[in-house]
Amino acid sequence: MGVTVKALMKSPWVFHVSAGGCNGCDIEVLDCLTPRFDIERFGAVLVGSVRHADALLVTGAMNRKSAYRLKELYRQAAKPCLVIAIGACACGQGIFRGSYAMVQPLDELLPPGVVTAYIPGCPPKPEAMIAGLG
Amino acid sequence: MSNNTPPKTRSVIPIGPFHPLQEEPELFRLHVEGETVVDVDVEIGWNHRGIEKLAEDRTWDQVTFLIERICGICSTSHPIAYVQAVEDCCGGVDVPERALYIRTVIAELERLHSHLLWTGLAGHFLGYNTIFMWGWKYREPVLDICEELTGNRNHYAMIKPGGVRRDLDPSLFPSVHKRLDELKKQVELLIGAVTDDPVLHARLKGIGVLTKEDAIDYCALGPVSRASGVPADVRRNHPYAAYDRVDWDVITAEKGDVYDKTIVRLLECLESIKIIHQCLDNMPEGEIDAKIEEVPPGEGIGHGEAPRGETIHYVRSDGTNSPIRHKVRAPTYMNLPTCKATVIGESITDATIILAAIDPCYCCTERTAAIDAGSKKTIMTGKDLIRLSQEKTLRLRKELGL
Repeated sequence: MGVTVKALMKSPWVFHVSAGGCNGCDIEVLDCLTPRFDIERFGAVLVGSVRHADALLVTGAMNRKSAYRLKELYRQAAKPCLVIAIGACACGQGIFRGSYAMVQPLDELLPPGVVTAYIPGCPPKPEAMIAGLG
Repeated sequence: MSNNTPPKTRSVIPIGPFHPLQEEPELFRLHVEGETVVDVDVEIGWNHRGIEKLAEDRTWDQVTFLIERICGICSTSHPIAYVQAVEDCCGGVDVPERALYIRTVIAELERLHSHLLWTGLAGHFLGYNTIFMWGWKYREPVLDICEELTGNRNHYAMIKPGGVRRDLDPSLFPSVHKRLDELKKQVELLIGAVTDDPVLHARLKGIGVLTKEDAIDYCALGPVSRASGVPADVRRNHPYAAYDRVDWDVITAEKGDVYDKTIVRLLECLESIKIIHQCLDNMPEGEIDAKIEEVPPGEGIGHGEAPRGETIHYVRSDGTNSPIRHKVRAPTYMNLPTCKATVIGESITDATIILAAIDPCYCCTERTAAIDAGSKKTIMTGKDLIRLSQEKTLRLRKELGL
């Protein structure tokens, strides 16, 4: 892990991408921002544009329509950009594996080695996400 | 030109698909002239997962887990509708009373957290983040209760054809009662905050009005229709689970604007708390599973009132251990067209909250149309079939001179 990446991980600005999931993980990601968990106390902020982001939080199983957009979003992000797979679907397509709508798991879709962390669970608890970010 | 005002040009403002305000991908195209929205178009499909097709490869019990993952928020309403469809297919299974009460408790806990979630998001859409933080803070105890009773914060995996998968531990009930009483006070506080706030009145009252006629014409469901004065609630109209055994009211409002939709949802939270209290107090002892041995050939329909409206599941069986057809009709798909009636003529600033006021859930809504590019044939979707059948009816009426 380079110094830059290590520095980024101290207070990552994150952009949230939902790409063919069930919304469960997305709600838990938002839950991290609210008073009970409040990840902003660790310096992690949800930002409005991928160009401001240090990390992409990806949920969902990558369907045909969103996979292309995800690649495009990753291309637009300033590098180095960490990619964090949240939930069973993003980690390995989860329960939707084998569906006609799904293309590839996240780590095969993006360049090798880009996905930095996998947070499994269906959906993962906010505590798990905070542990994964830290 | 005779007058000096420049001609208004129409421009398109896309919202989405990955927009910071939305937690789900969807694309709205707002056609605007100046500040006024003149048309709205929605594009979906970023969340399409092919669940109906996947269901055909799974056994009757496994489908329940798949169906839960249609939506992370309505993760009990869909399974309840599905298992009722399977029970219907079996010719009416006698589901144990205790299982019906447990289903009701979980479904109402889900409604409670979903409505609080929406209230928070509505505040967020208005730029009023205090409401966002409050709503989501008060939602946490509900998720804690869910976790204690079922083992997970979302996706409870409690429902199975013929009953429920797990029993509730009665020793937990006193603490649940206590926390729900606290929550009731907090929800009342939230209702007070919304009804007293002049800013919210100014932002929400009189905008995005869905009249009663429009609500009926567009087949609006759930809180959207109830806010317009249509008392459509499948829990009351066609009771399932234990809804006919407890005392509760269908909340309706008259005006159909965003303010009424908010109030209906907040008041429904109080009704949900009332239902859970009664169910926990009156929960009968006994079995929790009717133990369905096999599903005979046939078809079945089940329904449930999700937090967003009525959801209907249809299954067809050929006697094997998996459905040969599974159809889902989710509430947002019916509520989304009401945006045509509500958002047109409003200003861009109000458009986001009006679009959000139906509590859209795109995970439930996703459909796909497959086009075979080689032979230029379009595979028909359900909508096309409805259109064809309507055209046929019109043609027949004309031919018969009716």
